[in-house]
Amino acid sequence: MKQIRTIVSKEWADVRRNKMVLYVTILVPLLLTAIPVVMLYILGRVPASQSDYEEMGRMLENPIFAGMTPVEAIQSVMASSYLVLFLMMPLLVPVTIAAYSIVGEKVSRSLEPLLATPITTTQLLLGKGLAAALPGIVMAWFSYGVFLIFARFFSVSDRVFQVFVNPMWLVAMFVLAPLLTVLAVNFGIIVSSRVNDPRAAEQLGALLILPLMVLFLGPLTGFITLNSTTFLLSAAVVALLDVVVVYLGVKLFQRETILTRWK
Amino acid sequence: MIRTEALCKYFQRNHQEIKAVDGLDVQVREGEVFGFLGPNGAGKTTTVRLLSCLIGPTKGRAWVNNLEVGKEDQKIRAQTGILTESPGLYDRLSAQRNLEIYAELYGVADVHGQVEKYLRFLELWEQRDAEAGTFSKGMKQKLAIARALLHEPPVLFLDEPTSALDPEAAKTVRDFIESLKGQGRTIFLCTHNLDEAERLCDRIAVFKQRLIAVDTPEALRRQLFGRQTVVHLAQLNEQMVATVRGLPFVKHVEVLPGESGAGKLVIGLSDPAAQNPAIVQALVGQGAQIQFVNELRHSLEDVYLSLIHENRA
Repeated sequence: MKQIRTIVSKEWADVRRNKMVLYVTILVPLLLTAIPVVMLYILGRVPASQSDYEEMGRMLENPIFAGMTPVEAIQSVMASSYLVLFLMMPLLVPVTIAAYSIVGEKVSRSLEPLLATPITTTQLLLGKGLAAALPGIVMAWFSYGVFLIFARFFSVSDRVFQVFVNPMWLVAMFVLAPLLTVLAVNFGIIVSSRVNDPRAAEQLGALLILPLMVLFLGPLTGFITLNSTTFLLSAAVVALLDVVVVYLGVKLFQRETILTRWK
Repeated sequence: MIRTEALCKYFQRNHQEIKAVDGLDVQVREGEVFGFLGPNGAGKTTTVRLLSCLIGPTKGRAWVNNLEVGKEDQKIRAQTGILTESPGLYDRLSAQRNLEIYAELYGVADVHGQVEKYLRFLELWEQRDAEAGTFSKGMKQKLAIARALLHEPPVLFLDEPTSALDPEAAKTVRDFIESLKGQGRTIFLCTHNLDEAERLCDRIAVFKQRLIAVDTPEALRRQLFGRQTVVHLAQLNEQMVATVRGLPFVKHVEVLPGESGAGKLVIGLSDPAAQNPAIVQALVGQGAQIQFVNELRHSLEDVYLSLIHENRA
C-alpha cells in the first residue's frame, strides 16, 4: 500500500510541474462545465417559441420531459444533451496523465530503475492507474457538483432541476464515469506501449471520445433516447471493454515486455 | 554472492532467435569488484537485467546473494542496487524528492536520514532542492548512484557508470566507486573503459554472448602473453641474441632493432625475478652495454583485444 501511495504522490508531483498536463487537468473540466452552465443560463432567459419546441421533435418523447412548458423542456433537453461533456472528463484527464506518466517515463528512461525496485507490477500499475484515474473522476464529480449549484439558480423551475439529479444523471456520473476512467487509463497504457511521444499518446487517447459522440448526437437525431436504461446499457458495454483493455494493459505492462519491446 | 549456471537469454526478432546471453557460467565473490567487459551488443546489459530480475532467463539458473533468479525476484530486487546506462531521473522533481521516492519504494526505514546521508556523501546536499533536470551529466550520474545505494544493498550493478561523462565527472564517479570498494559490497561493473576496469576491478570477465575469459587482469596478462623482460642495449649483435636464446629457461626472444646499432630484446620468461640476473650476466659476458632492464607490461586493452580477436577467429 505504501508503495502505491508513493507512486501516486510521485505522479501527482510530476503532473503539478508539467504545465501541459496541469492545464488539461484543470482547464478542460472548467471549460466542459462552463458550456452547460452558460447554455442553461441563456436558455432560461431567451423566450422559447412553439416552433423551437416543435423542432426538438422526438427528443421530447423522452418521458423525463413530459408535461414541461416549452422553456422548461428546451432548458432540460439541451442541458441534458451536454451531460456527455461531463463524461468526457473521466476520459480526457486520465488519458492525458497516463500518456505523460507512462510514455514520459519511457522517454526519460526512468522506467528501468523503477522496475528494478521491489515494487510488484500490480502495485506499479495500480499506482499509475490511480494517479491517472482519480483526478479524472474527482474533476468529473466536482464539475457535476458545480453544475448542480448553478443549475439550482439558473433552472427555470424545480422540475428542470430535478432532471439533473434524476437516476439517468446519477447512473451516468457514478457508474458510467468510473468505468470510462478505467477504459481511459488502460487505453493510455496500451497506447504507451506503441508510442514514444506523450503528445501522440494523448492524441490517440482522445480518440476514445468518438464513441461518446453517439450519446451526444444520438438524442439530437432521435436515434436514441437518453434515459437510465441507455446509460446502464452504455455502462455494460464499457464494462465489457474494460475487461478487454485491463487484460491487454496488464499483459503489456510486464517488466520484460516494457524493457525489451517498448521502443 | 552471484552465481550463474548455463544462463541463457534469447530474444525473438523478426522470427529469428537472437542469442543475447548464451550459456554464461560465472561466479562473483562476496565483496569483490567484478568487471564485465565486452563490445557493444555483447549482452552485458542483458546480463545485468537478468541478474537484477528485470527480465527472466530463457534457460539456465542464476543466484544473487543466495536467492534464485526467477523464484525470489522481489527479494533479489530489494537486495540489489542498479545504476542503469542512463540515469533515468525524474527531471521535474528535486534531487531530494527523487531519492525519497526510491527510498520509500525500497522500504527504507529512515527515509530522510538515508537521503541526507547520500546527498552529503556525494556532495549534492547543497543542491538538494534543485530540479534534477537542471543538473550536469556528472551530477545526474552521482544522484543515480545515490539512488542505487539508498537501501544499502549488498550487491550493486553498475552499467557503464562513466559513459558519456566528461573526464572530470568520470573521475568523480570513479573515485566514488573506488571508495565503495572498502565497504564489502559486491560490485558488478559493466564497462567499456578498460583503464577504469583495470583500476577498479579485482577480477574481470571478457564476454561476448558467451564468457571468453575470467580472472584478475594480471593473471589474464600472464595467460595470454606470459612474462617478458625487455633489455635495452646500446649495441646489439647476433651473438648476444644467440647467447640469450641459448639460456635453458628462456622461452622466446624477440629482437627489436633501434637506431645506430642499438636495440631491444624482448625475452619470454617464467620467473623474471630469478632469471633476469643470469640474462644480464650472459649479456655482459658478451660485452653488452645494458641501458635498462624492465618487465614488459601489456595493457588491459592488449588483453581485451587479443581475447576478442581470438574469439572472433
